[in-house]
Amino acid sequence: MDRDTLRAFLRDMLLARAFEEAAAEQYTKGNIAGFLHLYPGEEAVAVGVIHATEPADYVVSTYREHVHALVRGTPPRQVMAELFGRRDGISRGMGGSMHLFDRERRFMGGYAIVGETYPVAIGVGYAIAMRDLPEVAICFFGDGAVNQGTFHESLNMAALWRLPVLFVCENNHYQIGTEIHRHSAVTEVFRRAAAYNIPAERVDGMDVFKVHEVTSRMLREIRSGGGPRFVECETYRLRGHSMADPGSYRPQIEVRAYASTDPVSAAISEAVPAYPSREQLAGVGRDAIDHVTEHGLGAGHLDPAEVDGIKSEVQQLVQEAVEFAKQSPDPEMAEAWRCLHVNRRNESLI
Amino acid sequence: MATEDITYWQALNRALDAELAEDDSVFILGEDVGLYGGSYRVTEGLYAKYGSWRVRDTPISEASFTGLGVGAAMTGMRPVVEIMTINFALLALDPLVNMAAKIPFMSGGQFPMPLVVRMPGGVAKQLGAQHSQRLEHTLMNVPGLRIAVPATPQDAYWQLRQAIASDDPIILLEHDLLYFSKGLLDVEAVPLPMHRAAVRRAGRDVTLVGYSRSVELCLRAARQLADVGIEAEVIDLRSLSPIDWETCITSVEKTHRFIVVEEDCRFAGAGAEVAATLSERCFFSLDAPAKRVAALDIPTPFNGSLESASIPTVEDVISQAQQLCSVADPGVKP
Repeated sequence: MDRDTLRAFLRDMLLARAFEEAAAEQYTKGNIAGFLHLYPGEEAVAVGVIHATEPADYVVSTYREHVHALVRGTPPRQVMAELFGRRDGISRGMGGSMHLFDRERRFMGGYAIVGETYPVAIGVGYAIAMRDLPEVAICFFGDGAVNQGTFHESLNMAALWRLPVLFVCENNHYQIGTEIHRHSAVTEVFRRAAAYNIPAERVDGMDVFKVHEVTSRMLREIRSGGGPRFVECETYRLRGHSMADPGSYRPQIEVRAYASTDPVSAAISEAVPAYPSREQLAGVGRDAIDHVTEHGLGAGHLDPAEVDGIKSEVQQLVQEAVEFAKQSPDPEMAEAWRCLHVNRRNESLI
Repeated sequence: MATEDITYWQALNRALDAELAEDDSVFILGEDVGLYGGSYRVTEGLYAKYGSWRVRDTPISEASFTGLGVGAAMTGMRPVVEIMTINFALLALDPLVNMAAKIPFMSGGQFPMPLVVRMPGGVAKQLGAQHSQRLEHTLMNVPGLRIAVPATPQDAYWQLRQAIASDDPIILLEHDLLYFSKGLLDVEAVPLPMHRAAVRRAGRDVTLVGYSRSVELCLRAARQLADVGIEAEVIDLRSLSPIDWETCITSVEKTHRFIVVEEDCRFAGAGAEVAATLSERCFFSLDAPAKRVAALDIPTPFNGSLESASIPTVEDVISQAQQLCSVADPGVKP
């Protein structure tokens, strides 16, 4: 792992965390309405997977997709403006938090109906395979989505026609408030892929390096004609399902235990040779980023200027994004009609 | 010779063949469309000609293979999905309604959706309640979806080609009983715009508005009505979303009366939409309230006699037209 890659991982994870916390703040201030599903705790999955992709690959995402878009390269200001529902949002204010689309970066959308990402991804995969291109469709979904019929239908077709699709399960153990033990007869999600002869692995989704390593290898296998691959990333969301969900169904001890394996901390730990011991970490608590960064600095493992630089860069980016979103006007109804009709070329309708 | 007499399914087949040959991004998928040649023969011969990637047999997975069409369309391909019957389209409502119809819009206009979904509907011959549905009302209520309802081989050919060429999601609603009907096909004719309604017969006393198979009912009724002195104008809507109101209004302003004829259930159906809109827009031209001739609000019975009695007949159209004309204008003899 080279230093630039490490730095990029750390930067994107810090950006992701800062962005989502800013979104939460803007939600409580009333600047963001509707449903807002945040990603803190799961950053290692988005960063590990998407950093393994090529620009020509496609990403198909869910309603918890802000960070997928950010890591893919969508400017934070356009993501934030979309959360605000404003005209300069990446979907022009027509999509909202759950429907980010970025054609330029082949970000094929956030889908708010659980189970929709599979058919879109196999459709993209079909188009790639038909044209024999060295591209891959990345399909994100949560553990709750594996009980939808489309999971089985689409995996079957992906395997049958050896489509270039990487299925990425973000197993955060909860479908809204129902724990995986209560929603799935088989809780080791990756084992289900065996039913369709799709090679599958489970990986520690709190460890960005492992996620990256496994998905990089799988993408190589897919590109060399191996057909679809499946990875289950075991992760955890530190917040509730959405801003409307206080997460009261989860024992505090469980939340604290996962917070101690915070993937952002893990990213920093790889950057420093002598990561704090388990005992030292026990005192870290939930504010893992600040504490670990302080520790790293204190022990002299990190270059203070570098960490400060990254932190201030992402904070500034997010702050600018919020300001940009605030300044962006509401779209007008004419714009909504334009979005509906813009793709008709010169076709004249009645 | 540009014009020939062929069946509806052959016209569709010809259209698919032409599009597959012209554009590499066109491909067909659905159950039994390949090796088997399609349940109604529409894709016959295409698998042998274009191979399995262009004409793809799918598993019985409507939700996912229709969604596959959505995903492929987003990359610029032009998929033509065949759903074996409209009854099975209920399993694919999510990709049709939540995805195909909404992605162009909720992406802020970033993604065109050049997707065509073909499906036969209607009441055929004793197929039972689960294979004899008309769901146009369900699809009509979805903004962003367009619905074409060809009634003739000529329209089947051109509307399918126009649908494939379009960047919008379009459903081509075919009819089980039309596949083996015959008509003229002129592949060199300049086609009518896809959503323009057609006046199939001119008349002065009453306008009969139909679509798909009910157009034939209207034409037969009109011929018999002429024998008793009622000249009916017959309009074939050709498209249920959008609807060509101008053609309808022009006709109703001339005849001052209209009847909507549909095979779908009466309650909250296409006929209700046509009756309501034309009543609103032609109120001051009307000599009588709108009439609707539709199927009974009942699942289609299996028994042949009951099945026939549950959907409109030519006689129903004639008797409604006679009533309408006699009530409004006692001078016209029923």
